[in-house]
Amino acid sequence: MSRTVRLGLFAVSAAGLAALLLWGVAGLPDFGHYVGPYGYVLNAVAVNERHATNVVTATTFDYRGFDTLGEEFILFAAGLGVALLLRDVREGSERPVEGVLNDAVRLVGIAFVPALLAIGLFIVAHGLITPGGGFQGGVILASAFLLVWLAGEYRAFRKLTPEAGVDLAKGAGAGGYVVIGMAALLLGHAFLHVFGPLGTAGKLASGGSLLLLNIATALEVSAAFVLIFTEFLEELAARRLAGRG
Amino acid sequence: MSYLPYALAVWLFVVGLYGVVTSKHLIHLAVCLVVMQSSTYVLLLTIGYVEGGTAPIFADVPKGTRAVDPVVQALTLTDVVVSVAVSALLLAMAIQVKRRTGTQDPDQLHVVEG
Repeated sequence: MSRTVRLGLFAVSAAGLAALLLWGVAGLPDFGHYVGPYGYVLNAVAVNERHATNVVTATTFDYRGFDTLGEEFILFAAGLGVALLLRDVREGSERPVEGVLNDAVRLVGIAFVPALLAIGLFIVAHGLITPGGGFQGGVILASAFLLVWLAGEYRAFRKLTPEAGVDLAKGAGAGGYVVIGMAALLLGHAFLHVFGPLGTAGKLASGGSLLLLNIATALEVSAAFVLIFTEFLEELAARRLAGRG
Repeated sequence: MSYLPYALAVWLFVVGLYGVVTSKHLIHLAVCLVVMQSSTYVLLLTIGYVEGGTAPIFADVPKGTRAVDPVVQALTLTDVVVSVAVSALLLAMAIQVKRRTGTQDPDQLHVVEG
């Protein structure tokens, strides 16, 4: 199909789409006048039922726990796909030498790594209490590893993230989520139903098995992101070595 | 002005779609898809907004405080993660396409190879 034909076709279908979207939007409730009822119900019951003050996390891991399982596996599959697409081509290629960088950049960069790790762990641990959780904290944890690379320590980055270790963490995170769901079955509940001591709302050890799901998710997310970062960074390194990038 | 956030979502979707259709570079195409997807964040959060509502987190506000819908916020969280996963995969594919065909222009990719 030529470019002109395609653009013509797009113009026609875009007009139809615009009409459809406007029609759909016209039927939506006014901004700020949410009709519910699910949001209102969850806000009313989640704190008492699950002892989790962050209702978004409670929704993610409990009321929508099964969807989150699917989501975790999307991330799992995407990480796997990136590795499959990029990894084997580079097999056996040389590794680059350390990039030369300003000492100040290196020092400040490395100094921020423990701070970033601490923030990541904090966000994960408080996922059921304050804004945050396994997904957000997991990404921050992964970015701490990325900062090691940004500060110029390519070898250190690769040493900190051995392929076997990252793959194991990734599998354990995704598999752990399923195992926790199955444990609920063994205890006579529905799949992924919350179990274990719920603790006091607002305290670190609250939410029962939701806390475990949160940690499994953090593991999976941080490992998947480290894997994706690693694959792209290796790609970049291989290109630099070949003098193409 | 109660329609404005919805209009923004529609605009983001359409402008992203236009970018996808007219794209001349696979990386640009992936970014346009991310723009399209970001319209869904705006739409979801808009639907769940309650006038004067706080975040659905009752750590430092009493239970029963008027709050926005937590379901759409959880959905948006899902959405963001999926968006990142999809763009990572698309960018990896773009690298492979460049490696195999030497071009990043979708218009030059006529032959589908098995």
